[in-house]
Amino acid sequence: MDTHSVVERVTRDSRGRLVAFLAVRCGDLAAAEDAVADAFRSALEGWPQKGIPENPDAWLLVVARRRLQDALRHAHRYEEFDPAHSGIAEVAEVASDDPVRDERLQMLFLCAHPAIDRSVHTPLMLQAVLGLTAERIASAFLVRPSTMGQRLSRAKRKIWDAKIRFDLPPLPEMPTRLAAVLEAIYAAYGTGWDDPAGSETSLRGLVEEAIYLGRLLVELLPGEAEAHGLLALMLYCESRSAARRSADGSYVPLAEQPCRLWSRDRISEAERHLEQAASLGSIGRFQLEAAIQSAHAQRIVTGSTDWVAIEYLYRTLVKIAPTAGAIIAHAAAASEAHGVERGRELIEALPPEEFAQYQPYWALLADLQRRVGQFDAARSNYERAAGLCNDPAVRVFLLRRAGICEVDLRQPE
Amino acid sequence: MQYTLLFGLTPEEFEARSNPEKKEAFYGAFFSYMKAIREAGIFVTAAGLQPPSAATTVRLKNGTRQVQDGPFADTKEQIGGFVVIDVPDLDTALSWAARYPCDDGGLVEVRPNLPTTMRSTA
Repeated sequence: MDTHSVVERVTRDSRGRLVAFLAVRCGDLAAAEDAVADAFRSALEGWPQKGIPENPDAWLLVVARRRLQDALRHAHRYEEFDPAHSGIAEVAEVASDDPVRDERLQMLFLCAHPAIDRSVHTPLMLQAVLGLTAERIASAFLVRPSTMGQRLSRAKRKIWDAKIRFDLPPLPEMPTRLAAVLEAIYAAYGTGWDDPAGSETSLRGLVEEAIYLGRLLVELLPGEAEAHGLLALMLYCESRSAARRSADGSYVPLAEQPCRLWSRDRISEAERHLEQAASLGSIGRFQLEAAIQSAHAQRIVTGSTDWVAIEYLYRTLVKIAPTAGAIIAHAAAASEAHGVERGRELIEALPPEEFAQYQPYWALLADLQRRVGQFDAARSNYERAAGLCNDPAVRVFLLRRAGICEVDLRQPE
Repeated sequence: MQYTLLFGLTPEEFEARSNPEKKEAFYGAFFSYMKAIREAGIFVTAAGLQPPSAATTVRLKNGTRQVQDGPFADTKEQIGGFVVIDVPDLDTALSWAARYPCDDGGLVEVRPNLPTTMRSTA
């Protein structure tokens, strides 16, 4: 890690902690964020001349707390509210030399609270925990930046107005609440992409942030199998990032990737988390997805891919989490494990209107048609897939396949 | 709701459109894109425009009519075409903009159209 990323990481950590610490006490997330941003601004202005204080976090806390108290008095002066329960009193009680307790877990659960619109869960998390700007989040989500800003403000306003609690969910609610947190983190990993494992990470933009959140969740909830499962899944996918594009930038599908380009470090880290998850003894969607990626990673050792095992894992996954991605990947795995016909049966049984704008559906359909020599249909469907694709390298790959179907009519494969 | 996607092309992209060697790749990707739009049932209308060198601008300034060679906006990217789509919201329009097959530097401007009633009286 270079100096810049170390600084960024430390800032990110202490910023997130401070925001969580103050927001949990005052209940006003927007005000807590502003106060912490102010404190960091003061630090940037003052520290170069006066020197870095002995305990930077405590210094930041004192400044942020003062700003927050002023802001809360100002923001809520017209509202009917009892200062004793406004959070002001609680914020004032914070002793500056106490270590800042890590309450980012409460923050993660708050951001994915059922009372907050599901589409805002991930953006809120990225802003509250990581300090990302609305503009940056908007680009990753393909949303107009001013609209993203409004959605975030509205959600924060609701947290205050509806007095959404910052507590950890009670035990009976834990599984559903945790699922929402996991989904929000995974959405940061694959935002708006049909195939996160195949698309360019620089285009997707939030991969590093998603992994940061995944690690944070594992650190804060080491006993949750699915938290380990999610982190393992993202690490497996990232282990292949160097192999997904050839030297000239062309897309390389998984089956054609040379495994020497996969990151063994990432794979073994993923493996550790998957093992940890397994030892906790409760299976779930993300562990299954990670197990599928683990099976692919086995090619490093065995030199081949166990499609029968992968098909079985996908079949199980589709039963518990029938996402478009899982359904299509299952059909693809079935065609490898049990023949093209089995894959076609599965894909043809799907309602086309639900997949009409889902690129991998058309790409797989085209592949299966090409493999049985239906080149006209294949070409047309490759083109349709290419038209739906938002990754330039994958688009070129699909168009090349379409071209093969046109030119080389008599030469399957 | 109708949105117009204005395709901003770089000079290199304009060149590729008419270069016999690069043309096929350019149009191959573009036709797939238009095909996907049509098959999604959101297509309203579209046009491709000749390069800015073919543009003429007629302007009324200080009471005088001026006719100039070239486009009115002096930017590196120039409009090379547009498509009007009918989709429920801006987020959906942006997801289609992201699928537009441009080279590095290319862009898409997404503008909501005025409601039809206002256009017919305009």
